[in-house]
Amino acid sequence: MSQTHLLAYAFGLSALLTPFLAAQTKPQGNQPASAHVEQKASTKQNSPIPHSEGDRIFAQNCSRCHTAPDGFSPNISGTVVRHMRVRASLSQHDEQELLRFLNP
Amino acid sequence: MPSPRRDFRFFKSLWSARPLLFSVVVLFATQYGRAQDTPLISGGVGFFTNTTGGSTTYLPIISPLLAAPIGDHFLIESRAALLEDFTPKTGGQPGYDHSHFIGLTYLQGDYIASPHVTVVGGSFLTPFGTYNERLSPIWINNFQDGPLIQTLGVMTTGVGLGGQLRGSAVSRRNFSIDYAAYFSARSGNEQFNSKRSSGGRVSLYLPEKRLEVGFSYGRLLQGTHENFYGTHVWWEPKDSTFRLRSEWARGQHAQGYWVEADYRPTNFGGLDSWIGRLEPIFRIQQTFRIDNVASDSLPAINTQRADFGLDYNLPHNTRILTSYSRQFSSSGNVNIWEIGIVYRFLFPAWKGKQ
Repeated sequence: MSQTHLLAYAFGLSALLTPFLAAQTKPQGNQPASAHVEQKASTKQNSPIPHSEGDRIFAQNCSRCHTAPDGFSPNISGTVVRHMRVRASLSQHDEQELLRFLNP
Repeated sequence: MPSPRRDFRFFKSLWSARPLLFSVVVLFATQYGRAQDTPLISGGVGFFTNTTGGSTTYLPIISPLLAAPIGDHFLIESRAALLEDFTPKTGGQPGYDHSHFIGLTYLQGDYIASPHVTVVGGSFLTPFGTYNERLSPIWINNFQDGPLIQTLGVMTTGVGLGGQLRGSAVSRRNFSIDYAAYFSARSGNEQFNSKRSSGGRVSLYLPEKRLEVGFSYGRLLQGTHENFYGTHVWWEPKDSTFRLRSEWARGQHAQGYWVEADYRPTNFGGLDSWIGRLEPIFRIQQTFRIDNVASDSLPAINTQRADFGLDYNLPHNTRILTSYSRQFSSSGNVNIWEIGIVYRFLFPAWKGKQ
């Protein structure tokens, strides 16, 4: 087997193993916001009646393009929302509601 | 044993990515206020294979994204791509050739000037249609490859170097309108390759209908000036996990469209059941040449393509993407098989304040 093939398979194996390693090493202390977002987003993604203003904004501006991440630290919720404000052209009101939704 | 020449090429590529390294240094040197505003590192790592007409290529890729807020109004964000492309040798020779690429996709600073205006400066994704800005990240796109018309209207490179105004013009409970307008300078820089152009996009979203309709315009301002027009329609029926996305774009020399539909079956235990994690996708696309001037990257002849995808959304932000495509054109029909896996990561750049 050539070195090129070896390198390709090594990359592939790394990509396959990365999520499982990440799952094993995920710190437990950062769960609150993450679990909150994932649970809300997955259970309400297609709910006919939004449960809150933030829920509605999340569904209309975030999960229309991508599935909700499994979770993230509450330390970056403000950064996530500001990134989404620019990327999804959120209004100031929507930004604040989304931040409240991520940090109840 | 790795050759010194190959090592030299690697470090040369690394040197060419110095804007990315610079932004990382800036990121870590900046002080941050609120605990929620810790800079983040997100992105995707993936491994893709593509078999077109019996020839298989391999593409391991890492696409990190940095976002760092500064104060209450600034945000610096950047996305990069690090990949190695393995393609079969031509001329009947056995083995593979490979090439690597390290580069910035964009690097921009955002200033939130008012509730309705955000000023963007730097190297940004061209706001034309929806694919380039919304769906191109590897951890978002349902298919490995973009639509055939993805280069139409985004001035081929997909990136502008200059300034942009964007934001929410109106946001009501029953409708909202957002906009983006940009001007880009010409740049031949390896990391910030862009064309002198201007344009923008306006979108109307009706939340109750879950319908979005938008119009895009772009004008190339170098060489032969050319106009580009585009429209997009996205629709997600209520009480359903069905999604319909579509775009049409027309340039001076070619036009085309794509329509993509996908569905998550939730009737068998919800989105987190093993069936609910399945995601069948269908995309149809066509391109039409208006003349033979090949100033865009669309196929040189009229082409039709049907893509049948089946993705699986694993736990821990991991997706398996599979698809079969049949492409029809007068130069010959071809089968395209694609399989890939993508892991999406998202974490603070450092621990931050509690």
